[in-house]
Amino acid sequence: MTATAAIQLTGIAKAFGPVHAIRSASLTIAQGEIHALMGENGAGKSTLMRVLAGMFTPDAGTAAVEGRDVTGWDTKAAIAAGVGMVHQHFMLVPTLTVAENVMLGREMTSGWSLDRAGAEAAVRALCERTGLVVDPARLVADLSVGEAQRVEILKVLFRGARILILDEPTAVLSPPEVQELWRVLRTLRANGGTVVLITHKLDEVIDISDTITVMRAGETVGRMSTAGTTPADIARAMVGREVALAKRVRSGVVTPTRASPRLEVRDLCVGSNTRTHAVDRVSFAVQAGEIFGIAGVEGNGQTELIEALAGLRRCESGSVQLDGQELSGCTVSERIDRGLAHIPEDRQERGLVLDYSLADNLILGRQHRYASTFALDRVRVASNATTQIAAFDIRPPDGTLPAGALSGGNQQKIVIARELGGAEWPAVILAAQPTRGVDVGAIEFIHARLRAARDAGAAVVLVSADLGEVIALSTRVAVMYGGRIVTIVDGDAATAATLGSWMTGAARAEGS
Amino acid sequence: MSDRATRWDEALLPPAIALAIAMVVGDVLILAFGQAPGHVFGMLLEGTWGNAYGFGQTLYKATTLICTGLAVAIPLRAGLFNIGAESQLAAGGFAAGVAGILLPAWLPWPIGALVCVLAAAVGGGAIGAVPGALKARFGASEVIVTIMLNFIVLAFLNWIVAAKLHAPDSLHTVEIASGAVPRFADVSSAFRGSAANLTLALALSLAAACWWYLFRTRGGYELRAVGLQPGAAENGGVVLGRTWFRALVLGGALAGVGGVNYVLGYKHYYEEGFGAGTGYMGIAVALVGRNHPAGIILASLLFATLSQGGLAVNAIVPKQMMEILQAVVILAVAVSVPEVQRLLRASTKAAA
Amino acid sequence: MSATVILLQVLRIAVPYLFAAAGGVLSERAGIIALTLEGYLIAGGFGAAVATHYTQSPWVGLVAAVALGTVVALLHAMATIRYRADQVVTAVALNLLMAGGGAFFLRLMFDSSANSPRIPAIGDGLGSGVMGTLGQPLLWLAFLALPGVWWLLDRTAFGLRARACGEHPQAATSLGVSVPRIRLTAVLLSGAITALGGAYLAFDQHKFTDGMTAGRGFIALAAVIFGRWEAPRALVACLLFAAAETLQIRLQGSTLLPSQFVEMIPYALTIVALAGFVGRSAAPAALGRVEA
Repeated sequence: MTATAAIQLTGIAKAFGPVHAIRSASLTIAQGEIHALMGENGAGKSTLMRVLAGMFTPDAGTAAVEGRDVTGWDTKAAIAAGVGMVHQHFMLVPTLTVAENVMLGREMTSGWSLDRAGAEAAVRALCERTGLVVDPARLVADLSVGEAQRVEILKVLFRGARILILDEPTAVLSPPEVQELWRVLRTLRANGGTVVLITHKLDEVIDISDTITVMRAGETVGRMSTAGTTPADIARAMVGREVALAKRVRSGVVTPTRASPRLEVRDLCVGSNTRTHAVDRVSFAVQAGEIFGIAGVEGNGQTELIEALAGLRRCESGSVQLDGQELSGCTVSERIDRGLAHIPEDRQERGLVLDYSLADNLILGRQHRYASTFALDRVRVASNATTQIAAFDIRPPDGTLPAGALSGGNQQKIVIARELGGAEWPAVILAAQPTRGVDVGAIEFIHARLRAARDAGAAVVLVSADLGEVIALSTRVAVMYGGRIVTIVDGDAATAATLGSWMTGAARAEGS
Repeated sequence: MSDRATRWDEALLPPAIALAIAMVVGDVLILAFGQAPGHVFGMLLEGTWGNAYGFGQTLYKATTLICTGLAVAIPLRAGLFNIGAESQLAAGGFAAGVAGILLPAWLPWPIGALVCVLAAAVGGGAIGAVPGALKARFGASEVIVTIMLNFIVLAFLNWIVAAKLHAPDSLHTVEIASGAVPRFADVSSAFRGSAANLTLALALSLAAACWWYLFRTRGGYELRAVGLQPGAAENGGVVLGRTWFRALVLGGALAGVGGVNYVLGYKHYYEEGFGAGTGYMGIAVALVGRNHPAGIILASLLFATLSQGGLAVNAIVPKQMMEILQAVVILAVAVSVPEVQRLLRASTKAAA
Repeated sequence: MSATVILLQVLRIAVPYLFAAAGGVLSERAGIIALTLEGYLIAGGFGAAVATHYTQSPWVGLVAAVALGTVVALLHAMATIRYRADQVVTAVALNLLMAGGGAFFLRLMFDSSANSPRIPAIGDGLGSGVMGTLGQPLLWLAFLALPGVWWLLDRTAFGLRARACGEHPQAATSLGVSVPRIRLTAVLLSGAITALGGAYLAFDQHKFTDGMTAGRGFIALAAVIFGRWEAPRALVACLLFAAAETLQIRLQGSTLLPSQFVEMIPYALTIVALAGFVGRSAAPAALGRVEA
């Protein structure tokens, strides 16, 4: 109807300390479209959208919403202008009810008192109108992940948002829930709403979006209409060069070097913080020279399984054996000494002490090998650092720098160097999201290291949210759903389509 | 290079700012009493660093503060707030006093003192073990447990001294038979009358040992990792609960040894309420000293000077002025540490 | 008759606890650790005594108590919210400041570091006995303080925001709620309410005395934790602790049970509660955290 764009960002830049999250980003989004903002991890998508939502003030550039200059506004002004953002990490207060969360900051009152009944009725009406069903009287702490996300969207719509920004909304959803979300978004579009979808998943973009903007290394590098674009085009724009999409690299025939498996898990049950059986009677065995991939929608027990194997979480029952020796009851330290290596999914929380030097981080978990009764052998700590920094090409190559000063890719290299770079190959490697938030060069490096470990006879367990990565690397692929392994297929037979139906739980009935 | 320089700025600027603010507040308070600030501060310096007795008293007060400062700093390095130094100090002093009473009088003092010091460490460490165990086992907040334990332990010690152990017509125990630590006055007559004693050497060596432990041993490596990033430490094979327990027991033992200064070095008996806030002041010492043993020694001297200086000027300005100034220093440091960090990092960023 | 006397004594002893616990619940639920209650009590007592002395009107004294309590709370809020200083350290400093400051200004104003001159009090005309206690308006106010805080937190928009700030401040921020402003309001109210307890202590003794509060702020904090940060439960805890203190006073001099052991009851119960049924989960999730 009108030529004014819903959103017009021009030349936005934003730095956090020495890190330039966005260098120069420009973006035009028309009224009433579903716009996908694509890019790899760390490309600056979330930061750009947070600038738009008033959470960050840009260092340079201008922002306009519906033709009005809004550069540097705050959250409150953004909400008032009808711009709402649903964050990747939920912003919900678990001790409050759904209705209380929805009205927080925009409370419905009668006199001095909160009008709880009125708020619940309003939320219920909103639920009916949008198809986002959730009981407004329930405590948020009791909701499932999918329900929690519905509350997040309700929060934004309750404030009358006409422009809805969703940051990686499908990471925690199963495929049917994703379809449900698409239905809601299409309804919004039909009612004149504008939707911005931050994602790095190609199939989703093709599925739902009208137009696409691609970001790479803090810059917007391309804008295209979804109709008439192929996934390969988008991928090329994202990475900046030709890429082989999830192409499987075949290695030589894998021959188990010994008769018994290196890692054997039997009937393992693990509790989580919220559920009793996050992992429910899981059994599998991994041979030497094998990469055992675990696929699944996040939150189906993969995290708990890996943490239990690493000794960070208590097993309720079942057994875990490494080279025929029982591991349950062993401390983390004892597991490391028996040859268990762990690349944790959250390197900033679990992988590294960010304030410790590179050298100190490179011995974490092995500190007892560098210690006498009264002192750590600082000479050996330093020489170990020199060796590893060279072998793994960690930059900048200075062992005295704090790990927090390095880029994400180089931080991950510290973890990989520590876990895989010892004098002997580990017996079992637990690799959880080994390439998350890492640049392309480092991804290839990390994949090569995992393959090298496999070829050297290690048993590798690989968990990744990136289905392409699992398919490309794994000898066999298991799918976890609802805390169970619902199928195990040969790596050569694994495709996104077949794994996908297992990941949804749709294929469960025929499987069991 | 520049990195090192920044860290020195960061460590020294907050206390400098704090002292400047404290001086201004002090001036106002002194003027309110109709006195000349220059005169009062002169008296303060004369009464602390200007003569051997005052200096001795300052050293004596600094000795206990070094111990309680370390008692706060070690757990804080592991991410835990030990507010229990007050009762750990009392328990350590009590244990040293009881050990000294029980020992035979003919025992040579070095052996007696050693036994008493160990008793003090065990006494203080036992009190530190309670919040340590509750934190490790149940995740109970160590802040609350140590505060509550202060009241419980002090009430218990009051009862046991009042009901069972006091010397006739007094609120202290009988004199210890063996284990008394020589005063500096025994060596040099200049210190005559002052309470400074060999415990100072013990406190200084403890500070050195703490430095070595924190920065040169595996235990210290693990303890600091737990304080900085518990998740990563756990993944590195460190058991969090065990480290918390160890840090609080160690803290308690260090505070406990502080009790030796009064009981073995000064009065030669345990007396109700001898700590008089020294334990709480340990929090200020650790804060101003930035949890570093060298910083803690300097901060102890600062707070000891204020405390002894209060007595020196009490005739014309109430000694409580020094409590106000101590509070101002703590507040100013607490406020300026994050602020100085922010400003310095912003300026290095701009320069880069 | 004796039972009535004891009951009235429990009610009187509970008054400062009730005020301070109300301030404590409010502050902690908004995410600011209430270790400053002791300092607010001293501020209240000192403010009440000094203003009453100079005006001879206890009602002016009451207003001054609230004002001084609010000022101390403002210092705490500035340091911890505006400058992001550590809450525990700031609290320790403020308690020391109030303890030292009280004695210092006593000597400056009245040339005595022990106590202020005798002051008239609210409810002086009521005499002793049942009316002397039940006619005391501050007593009634004290028993309304915790229900009032409950209503504020549970039933008003401010309370909803305050609880969100104590549990998940980022969530509140993302909805345009100003976490610093909400926390500031909660801390100021906490100082004002707690100071009423200090004023009551001063009126009860008809003077301000150095060390008068005697750790009551910490007992009130114990009641807050024992009450799992909920106002109604904290009220019960305050009465329980007041009953224990009454027992201690009654036992003084008797050989049945040393009074020191009764003195320990609130503290010991709190530790047991923290280790046992309260646990980590009951505390506001963002309590004591510095927000960026």
